Amino acid sequence: MRAFLSLLVALSCWLAPVAATAQDGPLRIEITEGVIEPLPFAAPTFVAETPGAEALAEEISRVIAADLVGTGLFREIPRDAHISRVSNFAAPVSFADWRAVNAQALITGAVSTDPSGRVIVKFRLWDVFAGTELGDGMQFAADQSGVRRLAHKVADQVYSRLTGEQPYFDSRVVFVSETGPKDARQKRLAIMDYDGANVQYLTDGGSIVLAPRFSPDGSRVLYTSYQTGEPRVRVLQVGTASSQMLPTTDGVMSFAPRFSPDGNTVIYSTTQGSNTDIYSMSLSSGQIRRLTDAPSIETAPGFSPDGSRIVFESDRSGTQQLYVMPASGGEATRISFGQGRYGTPVWSPRGDMIAFTKQNAGRFHIGVMRTDGSEERLLTASFLDESPTWAPGGRVIMFARETQGEQGSSSLYSVDVSGRNLQQVRTPSGASDPSWGPLQ
Amino acid sequence: MKHIHKAIIVVAALGLAACSGPDRFGPGGAGAGGGMGAGAGMGAGGAADPASPAYFQQNVGDRVLFAVDQSSLSPEAQATLDGQVAWLQRNSDYDAVIEGHADEQGTREYNLALGARRANAVMEYLISRGIAENRLRFVSYGKERPVEICSVESCYAKNRRAVTVLAAGSLTS
Repeated sequence: MRAFLSLLVALSCWLAPVAATAQDGPLRIEITEGVIEPLPFAAPTFVAETPGAEALAEEISRVIAADLVGTGLFREIPRDAHISRVSNFAAPVSFADWRAVNAQALITGAVSTDPSGRVIVKFRLWDVFAGTELGDGMQFAADQSGVRRLAHKVADQVYSRLTGEQPYFDSRVVFVSETGPKDARQKRLAIMDYDGANVQYLTDGGSIVLAPRFSPDGSRVLYTSYQTGEPRVRVLQVGTASSQMLPTTDGVMSFAPRFSPDGNTVIYSTTQGSNTDIYSMSLSSGQIRRLTDAPSIETAPGFSPDGSRIVFESDRSGTQQLYVMPASGGEATRISFGQGRYGTPVWSPRGDMIAFTKQNAGRFHIGVMRTDGSEERLLTASFLDESPTWAPGGRVIMFARETQGEQGSSSLYSVDVSGRNLQQVRTPSGASDPSWGPLQ
Repeated sequence: MKHIHKAIIVVAALGLAACSGPDRFGPGGAGAGGGMGAGAGMGAGGAADPASPAYFQQNVGDRVLFAVDQSSLSPEAQATLDGQVAWLQRNSDYDAVIEGHADEQGTREYNLALGARRANAVMEYLISRGIAENRLRFVSYGKERPVEICSVESCYAKNRRAVTVLAAGSLTS
């Protein structure tokens, strides 16, 4: 379905840290809880090195800048303020001209196409005030459908070199695309780039679909579908959009599925009578194991990144709260104790935090807490926020926000784990239940 | 009492409108459409015919409502369900699917489980009053299929419901 990068070549890896630059070390933006002054960078349009590559160069330059600016950590020096023009990728950089416009980082690049139509992009990242290169130049290649991915690859390199963080621009999000009024809403599984580009639909809208979740390698998606008339967990191959029902207990609804970190096990809920509990299924043997055994609602389970523990929600105390238990089931420890109800817990990829939805005093929040429940912080507030999902690297959370009233609709938003930089992710129609996939 | 009766009729009518939703049951579901079709096939009339699904919906009352985050049956709900029991005992050709629903004030998966709890409470009540278990099943729609779309309590109250949807049971099986 989707063209993958046919080739991905790094001309040279960036091995040793950059040679000592200025007295205060290499250019680096420190991400802390404090207020950040966005780092100013310049990204002059990449040089088109073959005839007809101008439009590609323009698009790639634009996507790179948008990725960086979208983080809230960087500020682009407008092109009309540039003094220097970069018309030759190999020519020496006029650092004085970039210092004069206060660009601290400079990204130069070139785009060409080869006879088979493949697009090749090269780039270099410069520390303007030190007058040195940051890391080594790199080159990526893809066919024409992968042009935006090439740009994301470059931006990922720039981002990780300047922040020291794991990048996330070359990643995809699976979500539920929504159309129609609230009482007859059509829902389809859809997949898109992290920034909302390249939306593709994976189901046809004939059945209600809910809460897709990526496999750790991004090749499969678990979701809940009403295709058989009742909610059942299905697994879909992203490459072919073909799906099959998981062999969970027949005639019993199953939902809230998630993969284990190794992709071999699915944890999910089933409902017998009034009782909803959490089960696991081995995808190789089909063996089912019951993990909780309380008469209350236990659902929304998710693994810790090392696979040793499961966080889930339960109303065993009388209201929805968060609990952690060993991956094999057994004794669970309650971790949420604040005012209100807590649900949809998701362990951060770094392992140190849990994101959740909190419902309190008629408002919904996305929040994070340490895995022992301490240091709870609310990142958002609205009529209805839910379904947090972590970006690779764990610095950003995407979630769904539903607006109020008869015309209410759902959209996707992202927010930094610091609570800053809330922004809507543009989608062609309504959208809910995002699940952020791995770095590709 | 008159007011309550009226309210039930209004809600039932809205329920009918909602039943025309395209993917309400999926291919595996029987649903109200099937039940009513079978009724018509038997020569049954509209709501005036006490053996018709329309009568069940409008006069007996096909749904019960719940308090916020609750699945217990109020005395009014039990009275409605007693009526459903009597009707189902008189009309043994029908099976029923109980659909449980939640209002939008809750997270999606919790609401699925909550809708199941409500539907199951109704199913267990019907069984306890003598309806055969094999005539009943339930399904939860969570917050996916509200009948009222405003975002205030007057709408939420109608969305926190369990609806007994007739299916032409032994006629087709």
